[in-house]
Parts: sequence; structure tokens; C-alpha cells
Amino acid sequence: MALITCRDAAFAYDGKVVIEGLNFEVSQGDYLCIVGENGSGKTTLMKGLLGLMRPKSGAIEMGDGLKAIQIGYLPQQTSAQKDFPASVYEVVLSGRLNSRGIRPFYTREDRQVALENMDKLGIAPLRKKSFRELSGGQQQRVLLARALCATEKVLLLDEPVSGLDPIVTAELYQTIAALHREAGLTVIMISHDVRSGVEYASHMLHLQNRQIFFGSAAAYQESDAGRYFLRGGGPQWN
Amino acid sequence: MELILEMLNFVFMRRAIMVGLLVSLCAALLGVSLVLKRYAMIGTGLSHVGFAAIVITGVVVDMIPPAWIMGFPPLARMIEFSPIILPMLVVVGAAFLLLRLSESSKIKGDSAVALISTSGLAIGVIVMGLTTGITLHICNVLFGSIFAMSAADMYLSIVLSIAVIALFVLFYKQIFAVTYDESFAKATGTKVELYKSMLSLLTAVTVVLGMRMMGALLIASLTLFPALSAMRLCKRFLFVVITAAIVAVVCFFAGMVISFAYNLPPGASVVGVNLVVFLLSSGVALIRRGGRA
Repeated sequence: MALITCRDAAFAYDGKVVIEGLNFEVSQGDYLCIVGENGSGKTTLMKGLLGLMRPKSGAIEMGDGLKAIQIGYLPQQTSAQKDFPASVYEVVLSGRLNSRGIRPFYTREDRQVALENMDKLGIAPLRKKSFRELSGGQQQRVLLARALCATEKVLLLDEPVSGLDPIVTAELYQTIAALHREAGLTVIMISHDVRSGVEYASHMLHLQNRQIFFGSAAAYQESDAGRYFLRGGGPQWN
Repeated sequence: MELILEMLNFVFMRRAIMVGLLVSLCAALLGVSLVLKRYAMIGTGLSHVGFAAIVITGVVVDMIPPAWIMGFPPLARMIEFSPIILPMLVVVGAAFLLLRLSESSKIKGDSAVALISTSGLAIGVIVMGLTTGITLHICNVLFGSIFAMSAADMYLSIVLSIAVIALFVLFYKQIFAVTYDESFAKATGTKVELYKSMLSLLTAVTVVLGMRMMGALLIASLTLFPALSAMRLCKRFLFVVITAAIVAVVCFFAGMVISFAYNLPPGASVVGVNLVVFLLSSGVALIRRGGRA
């Protein structure tokens, strides 16, 4: 059974439909890249996947005992975080917040998991540093480690490379690919970067206030939508 | 030292210091989260509402014939016990209203606070203007008075302060998560709205407790200064919280001693000490950064 199944789902704000006609599946071990222009409904779909918004019609079903709160989420950074006084360790550990119900303090196991995930992403030496002193790429690794603390199955990444320089971007993509390949995580990534999407992802989902394409990355490159988007620019594709 | 002992000889001083230390501590803990969430103005907004509430309750209680109040024993007992209970309820209500307003996004957070705080001031002043001859000292309400604390106020403050501190410690990791990254906290199933409401509620309680001693115009600074000073000095959230608590307590005590020694208003003295500490810690941060670069 698929981990996540979207059945003719539509989402609306204040009764106004933002995105509709969503029909896709994410299976264990997939790497799905969701692309589309600004305002195409990517963020709305993401809220739906995280269980923060209910579909207006249709349904999003979770299989294999997956719950929406067990999705490891890498949100876009807010301006308030840039100068937030918190150590790397504190940030990563906060990913364990809801792993074992409500308790006043973190357990030894929580700390162990946080340390393992920092190791996995090569940020263990930075653990006592302040988050605000890190470079953009290091900050994303920290937030990725935090997301890993919250999940065993699915990572949901919201524009993970925005604001990073090309070299760091490539490194981060490789890290994500390695987590997908070696740790067997299912990855769902929202991105502007269609070319990297096609390069790393197994599946593509293209949105334009409705679902324009869903299928394998190889098929996407052959599709009209894919060809247009990969070429970039020109008049609005319809 | 002699000065401090002399100061502690007065009952009203002991009360004021006791309440002040606890309120400063609460305000500093909550302040760290408020400042980092860019929500620092809520203290100002709520204290101005508190001003209106205190004026109105003062006036209303004075206008009602005593015999009528005595007809409602619970009300009479509440007013007799502590005159800050009614204002506290009003301010807690205002805190929730602020939260809702800023969520509705029709009026943005900072405008919502400005709206509520100026309305609070205006209503308070209008009520005062309508009822000249009421024995309410506007200066005391605005800038605080050391004689404001009754024994009942002290007990109320102790109980509520302990509640604030206990909730903060128990929900420390949730407060960190909500302060640091609301969207991640929400996505992993934290009831963000609940904790935000809790922070507003606790802030409202703290503001009203400290308001009569520190003054409606100055109480908000207790949430700001310790947090800002601590953020200049520390890199870890836990250390920021602890440092802010220490700064708040030390500054309050020093401010009270200065106020006693030179016969200055207590609220302003405490804020003055806080300002000096903030400037010093900014200086330290500047030197450190300069040394590294």
C-alpha cells in the first residue's frame, strides 16, 4: 500500500479553491519533487500533507500506519530565526518534541537520537555553536537533522536550497539523495529548481492550481509540461 | 549593607521587594519568548489596558453605594481581598483579543497592539475626566508606587508567580519549539495555538501583578530589557533564559536600593538599572565581536 494517496483532493481558502484535481501516490522509497510557479498551490498542498489543512473535497490518505505528524518537515526559514540564540544541539533536539507524548524534559533516548542524526549529517562538531553563526548550508543541515529526529519514514522539504550558493546547493542535494538511498527515507521536496528535480527525484508532480503532471521523472522530461519548464521562460504554459 | 537592612525594616518595602522580585523573574522568562517571537509590544499593549481597567474599577467601585456591594458578598470579598483581581480579568480578556486580532490578519500584529494600547489609555483618561474628585492618583497609576502592595496582593503575587514559573519550566521544550519555529512545531503535532495562548495569558497576569508598583507605562520594560541584555551575551537558548532571569532579579534589587537611597520612584529606578545593564552587555558583545573579527 502507498504511504500517501491523494484522491481527487482540492484545497480552498475562505471557500476559494486554490488547487484541485490532485491524484497521486507516494510509495515507500519514492523521491517526489513537487514543482510549479509561485502561487501554483505547492505550499497549500504541503499544508495538506502535514495535516494542517483539510481538503475541501476528496481525500489524502496515509497508509502503513503513517501519521501526518510523523513526517519530518524542513520548513523555509523565517527572518526571526536568522538571529535566534540557540545552539545547534538545542535546535536538533527540538525535533524530538512529540516523539513520545507530553513529558516535561527530553529523555536520554531523545538525546541519543539527536546526536546520531547530527553525526549522519556531519554537523556533530558544530553542536555547541550558535545557530545564527552558521553558514546557510550548515543551517539547512541542522534543520535537516531536526527533521530526521521527527521521522523514521518521510521527509518533506520546502525549498531546501533557496538562498544557497551553487556549490552548497549541490552538496545539499547530494546529502538528501544519500538519505533517500542509504537510509531508505521517502522524500517529498517542493522546489523551484526543475532541473535538479529531474536529476535526483524518481517522480515529479507539476502543479498549476491543478495537477498538470504526475509520473516518473523520465516521463516528465518527455511531457509537454516538462519540456516547457525545463527549457524555461517564454509565454505562460497552458 | 546598612542601607539594605534599613530598607528591609519597612513592611511595605519587604512586600514590594518580594512581589517585585517574583514579577521580574516571570517577566524575564516570558520576555525571552516574546522578544524572539517579535511580540514584545504585547506587554505595552496589555499594561495600557490594565491602566484603563484599574481606573474604571476604581471609579466604579467608588460609585457603587457600599450597601449595594455588601449585598453581593462574593463581589465585596473579592474587592476587599485585592483590587487587582478585576483588572486582571479584563487584561486577560484583552490578551486573548490581541491574539485573535493578530491571527485574523485583517489588522496586523503591531497595529493591533497599538490599537488596543491607545484605546486603553484613552478610555482610562476619559473615565478619569468624567469623574473629577475621585481620589485616584494618575501619577501613581502611570509610574508606579511603592505603597501599592497590600498583604493580600503579596500572597496573590506569590501564588501566581510560582504558577507562571512552574508552567514555564514544565513546558520549556514546547515553548522553545514554538518560539523557534512555529511551522515545524505545528507540523510535528504541537498545539501551537494553545502554547501561544498560554504565553499571552501568563504575560497578562504578570503585567497586572507588576503594574501598580512599576507603573502602567514602565512595566513592559521588565519583559524587554533582561531578554535583550541576555541575548547580547549568550548563544544558547537555555543560557539566555537563565541569564535573563538573573539580570532581572539583580536589576530589580539594585533599582529598589537606589530608589530607597535617593528617594526616587521605584519603577523608573529599576528600568534605569536595566538600561545601564543593557548598554554594558551591548558593549561587551561589541568588544567580543571586534576581538574575533
